[in-house]
Amino acid sequence: MAPDGNMTNGFKVVGTRPKRPDGVDKVTGRAKFGADANAPGMLHASIVRSPHAHAKILKIDTSKAESLKGVKAVVTRADFAEGLTGENWNILENVMAGDTALYDGHAVAAVAATTALAARDAAKLIEVRYELLPHVTDVDKAMAADAPVIRSGAADKSVPEGMHPNVVRYHESGHGDVDKGFAEADLVIEESFKTEATHQGYIEPHACLAQLGPDGKGEVWCCTQGHFNVQKVCAALVGTETSQLRVTPSEIGGGFGGKTVVFIEPVALALSRKANRPVKLVMSRSEVFRATGPTASTSMDIKIGMTREGKITAAQGVFRLQGGAFPGAPMEFTAMCAFAPYALENVHQIGYDVMSNRPKQAAYRAPGSPMAAFAVESVIDELCNKLDLDPIEVRLKNASKEGTKASYGPKFERIGLVETLEAARAHPHLTAPLAEGQGRGISCGFWFNHGGETAVSLALSEDGTVAISVGTPDIGGSRASMGQMAAEELGIPYENIRTTVADTATLGYNEISHGSRVTYASGLATIKAARDAVKKLCARAAAKWGIDEEAVVWEDGCAKPSGPNAGEFEPLPLAKIARSMGRTGGPIVGHYEATPEGAGVSFATHIVDAEVDKETGQTKVVRYTVVQDAGKAIHPTYVEGQFQGGAAQGIGWALNEEYIYGEDGRLQNSGFLDYRIPVASDLPMIDTVIVEVPNPGHPYGVRGVGETSICPPLAAIANAVSNAAGVRLTELPMSPPRILKALNDQAHG
Amino acid sequence: MVEVHLWSGLKAYTGGAEKVEVEARNVGELLRGLVRAYPDLEPTIEAGVSVAVDGRIIASSLTEPVSPENEIYLIQRLKGG
Repeated sequence: MAPDGNMTNGFKVVGTRPKRPDGVDKVTGRAKFGADANAPGMLHASIVRSPHAHAKILKIDTSKAESLKGVKAVVTRADFAEGLTGENWNILENVMAGDTALYDGHAVAAVAATTALAARDAAKLIEVRYELLPHVTDVDKAMAADAPVIRSGAADKSVPEGMHPNVVRYHESGHGDVDKGFAEADLVIEESFKTEATHQGYIEPHACLAQLGPDGKGEVWCCTQGHFNVQKVCAALVGTETSQLRVTPSEIGGGFGGKTVVFIEPVALALSRKANRPVKLVMSRSEVFRATGPTASTSMDIKIGMTREGKITAAQGVFRLQGGAFPGAPMEFTAMCAFAPYALENVHQIGYDVMSNRPKQAAYRAPGSPMAAFAVESVIDELCNKLDLDPIEVRLKNASKEGTKASYGPKFERIGLVETLEAARAHPHLTAPLAEGQGRGISCGFWFNHGGETAVSLALSEDGTVAISVGTPDIGGSRASMGQMAAEELGIPYENIRTTVADTATLGYNEISHGSRVTYASGLATIKAARDAVKKLCARAAAKWGIDEEAVVWEDGCAKPSGPNAGEFEPLPLAKIARSMGRTGGPIVGHYEATPEGAGVSFATHIVDAEVDKETGQTKVVRYTVVQDAGKAIHPTYVEGQFQGGAAQGIGWALNEEYIYGEDGRLQNSGFLDYRIPVASDLPMIDTVIVEVPNPGHPYGVRGVGETSICPPLAAIANAVSNAAGVRLTELPMSPPRILKALNDQAHG
Repeated sequence: MVEVHLWSGLKAYTGGAEKVEVEARNVGELLRGLVRAYPDLEPTIEAGVSVAVDGRIIASSLTEPVSPENEIYLIQRLKGG
């Protein structure tokens, strides 16, 4: 292999399944999560939250709290930076309310005391006087002419004239002539769909320990998907310089997009600055539900035309997403992903970003895409049923391929949708008999994936072992895959490498672990850093042998002369060169810093069997198969885990999970007893098939896998449930009451 | 000159055009050229956009080269979960 080239086979370590490096720490309790950080003299904090969905804050009286024994600091909005604009202003407004509480759970003040109990008692003594304002939590109602305005002037210029002020962004894209396409169809189906907001449901609540001195120097230890982002945003919100704030990430007990944003760290920093002591802040589960970032809820209209032979002639969609009391609902991704699996001559999509009195939405695995797939793939399933066509064959007939003009504009590079459909067609699941009361559903899904700013450092030790420093928190097994890729390049055992997620003072800026980017981007950077180290190792060997550096190659963990003309020398293994590196030029460290831009898009096809009890409305998923293109699976066990995790979360989203708001605009189910995520007994064994269509933008062909796996489940399950129940389900979650209502509505015409 | 395809929602800022031409050798010059030619595009571009060059999505880098032979689409800034 050329030192800078790509390879897609002949691997020795990549593609194997070595032990996970964090396994022992996690099963023995040695791993340190966000709430495990402690410091001498540490205070504990508690946040006062609005009990109202929408209210003017008339007065905050902190005097009683401040006089309570043990209380060391109280903060309100006045204790944060002023003059912020754009997204920093939105984040601050969400972290600590200004003059208006915008949703149930919105932070309005915070207190730090010597014990957690004292902090909670003090929080209860903070008196807030509110003037209640009308509220709205439903996306369609928030767009209606009589809806209360969340914030005037929040809309950007993209919004067409005449829309309600709660519509703050607008997207429109597509190509061809949809009216002409619909006229060419033998059958056109038009249907409306709704999905409720769901939470990522990570097991570890947000937690941090923060310290900020009067000199502006500070430290934060926290659980996050992106500590460099925490550093940048916190510095802006508390008004200090970015480099004066050092952020160290803990182990992370799940994130799935929900820990890409900042909620409590600036509050802990502001309290610490006021008390001049370290402050620990840990969210309760109820706070996680009420005041972090669930998904957007949606209202969607889909229209698709198809010929008797199964060719899609035209498709259009309108996607309305509410993302809470701030702009940012990912409606453009919903619109752009909706029809991406299909090669369409005529397609048109519109997206609306709508504000309501709910918490500021955050990313959740492939933000916006699962909802789009639910709506679009349901209509395709209905078309197949009505035209008596095979759902896999129809999808193959219309599938996007390399060179297809994507529904969102550009032509696709090499992609693997067809390969996932063919693997699904060949899977025994597809032809297995169904029992009475069961139905089968198929769906495709699409996600873009991402690259982003990345820096990696790889240092050799004198004993020949290697330490890799990455700046992307490990949310899916990246420490293992980085070790494998470095072992592949260096030719040393995987066990001789340790990968650490380094703090913000150690590496250059690393973008958040999001967008399924880590194995792609940090992996690419690790490979390049290893190649940088190899170049330096070869130079040391060349110097020792007295030959040109170009006359040395690296093979099987050794420097070797590149041919007979280079001279006869015994190969020099890495450990031998490392042992003397202090005396032959100094430490050997490989680096790579870049913004890789070759993240390949990814597709998946899921097959689901579901059984519906028509008396109770209860659904049981009885069989599930995930087929997805991984480009190249570095550690197949982790890849399979990502596939299974996406399917499991999708099952919860499809069947049970939802934010339930009362008429008063308050969240009714802010705990796992009432917000029901699937547990092991709710799930079948989720079968996986890894398809490998190499991504030309990565040296080994890697595509991100963490997000695409949650794109098809909502639709695949909805299709299975609809086929089992004999009635089309158009609202998520398909909880027993909704299924019974659909059956009842059907029975009564 | 490179030809840049815009998403339909941007037509309001370009006098109805969904396809425009600018002088550019890389993504940075392309974005600056768009703002020079259509100042109303500035808030959208400042808020963050991606550029697809022959199908490869450039999310951040301003130094990626572009040429008249490339198929170029402006698309909305990518992020994930």
